[in-house]
Amino acid sequence: MLIIGELINGMYANIASALKDHDKKIVQACALEQIASGADALDVCCGPASQNPLIDMPWLVEVIQEVTDKPLCLDSSKPKVIAEGLKAAKNKTIINSTTADAEKLEILIPLAKKYKSKLIGITISAAGIPQNKDQRLELAAMILTHATEEGFPITDLYLDPIVMPVNVAQGQIRDILETIAELKIIAQPSPKTIIGLSNISQGAKVRSLINRTFLTMAVASGLDSAILDPKDKELMDTLITAELILNKNIYCDSYLEAYRKK
Amino acid sequence: METQLVLEKWPGVVSTVIIGAKKEAGGSRGNTVTIGGQNSLPLLFKEGAIPHKPKIAFEIWDIAPQDWPEELISAYAGAINDPLAWAEKCVNEFKAELLCVKMQGTHPDFGNKTPESAAKFISLLLNKVKVPLIITGSGDDAKDNLILPACSEAARGQRCLLGCAVQDNYKTLVASVLADGHSIIAESPIDINIAKQLNILISDMGLNLERIVINPTIGALGYGLEYAYSIMERARLAALSGDKTLASPFICFIGQEAWKAKEARVSVEQGIIWESLTATSLIQSGADLLIMRHPCAAQQVNNYIEKLFKE
Repeated sequence: MLIIGELINGMYANIASALKDHDKKIVQACALEQIASGADALDVCCGPASQNPLIDMPWLVEVIQEVTDKPLCLDSSKPKVIAEGLKAAKNKTIINSTTADAEKLEILIPLAKKYKSKLIGITISAAGIPQNKDQRLELAAMILTHATEEGFPITDLYLDPIVMPVNVAQGQIRDILETIAELKIIAQPSPKTIIGLSNISQGAKVRSLINRTFLTMAVASGLDSAILDPKDKELMDTLITAELILNKNIYCDSYLEAYRKK
Repeated sequence: METQLVLEKWPGVVSTVIIGAKKEAGGSRGNTVTIGGQNSLPLLFKEGAIPHKPKIAFEIWDIAPQDWPEELISAYAGAINDPLAWAEKCVNEFKAELLCVKMQGTHPDFGNKTPESAAKFISLLLNKVKVPLIITGSGDDAKDNLILPACSEAARGQRCLLGCAVQDNYKTLVASVLADGHSIIAESPIDINIAKQLNILISDMGLNLERIVINPTIGALGYGLEYAYSIMERARLAALSGDKTLASPFICFIGQEAWKAKEARVSVEQGIIWESLTATSLIQSGADLLIMRHPCAAQQVNNYIEKLFKE
């Protein structure tokens, strides 16, 4: 499972203030803490606090690269901001993300190819958020078709079925889990699947428990990657245990420690 | 249309273990033996690098063996009654690159030699032959905890391989190996979960995973070889998939198991076949280090290894 740490995001107060003063220590500490907790890659998002994401994104990339060579997941809805991040990146990258809209796909797929970046495709479009599994799969098919036509390697494509908060769209969660399973058989070779985990508990009071319960269900449905808070130890322990039960790692009494030694 | 072979590429690699230290590394060995380092399943040369061939170590004891069949003992003629002469014969006559000495004479039931005499024997052996050493205890945990630290100290700096650590008795041996610069054999009873757990316990004491060799415990041909085979295959698949806690080379005590089989005791020819076939089967399941008894079986298996690695 590819674990992408979500904490370098301008919507958090510490990162917002680091962006304001260009204080790299805060960002670097946040990067290293997430890696120590088990993150395989780091999401990098300027967030709403950033006055000038075209400058802030490459700054974040540069200061993070000073302390780690882990892949960076460049997170913005604006292709221009992602492009600036890619230019600055020496580490491997993941573009986060394109929607299923032609005008975005036509910019971001060539960009991903040019920089040999992986690409996250979210199953939403300008028409709005899908309401059921079929709509999600239809949007996924559209992203896949564009990627195939452009010769983008499908194994580098991460499809996100767009997780909705349980207190907003409770009726959709089962559909989202089924979408994860079906995305794996939508093409050969299979695309990867990814979720932004914390969405599931957005606005809820008991967040960590909801997050880890949903993550277990998603992992059992075949999830390949998640953007999450790796510093939530119970969440990470749950993830490691779920993967153990699915025979992805060999059991031993100290399996949690064994996973972390990897 | 030409059939395309599907080649697997693995992210993990088996760790490389060097046995023996020459003068420049602080020891006095004439050669070293390197095992492991592969990032492919056994013998799939097209899938990844296999930098080191499986290696054979001749098994000797610190006393004349009591329970070896005559067919086996006769191969060493009179030398077997004098462990140092036996060791010399293995190196000079049978061209052994590596010796595995079992300190059987320290066992309470087989002579009960003291730690001091065990240490002295190791010193004499190190002077007598210049090949690297693997040193194993007699299997009596309490006694091994006295004997092996003494042997470890006597061989300090020679980068030996010492064993066997087991889940219920590993701390003393790990401490010695750490202090004296050796590597360790971690033994589990044909149980992959315990193999993994033991590697973690050992590495938690500060010994690098790169200084561990797994003894998965084997059965001879006809005596559970296939169980060992499947455990080794599973461990190797995990290692190649990136599980560092299982990415150790394998040591297999071939001779010890093969000559236990009643079929091996029918005739010397059949004994040699039994030992050779046990070894070649386990090479195919990933064995890196083969501890063998009969020089003819060792020779046959050596020829087999050379042939496999020719192209």
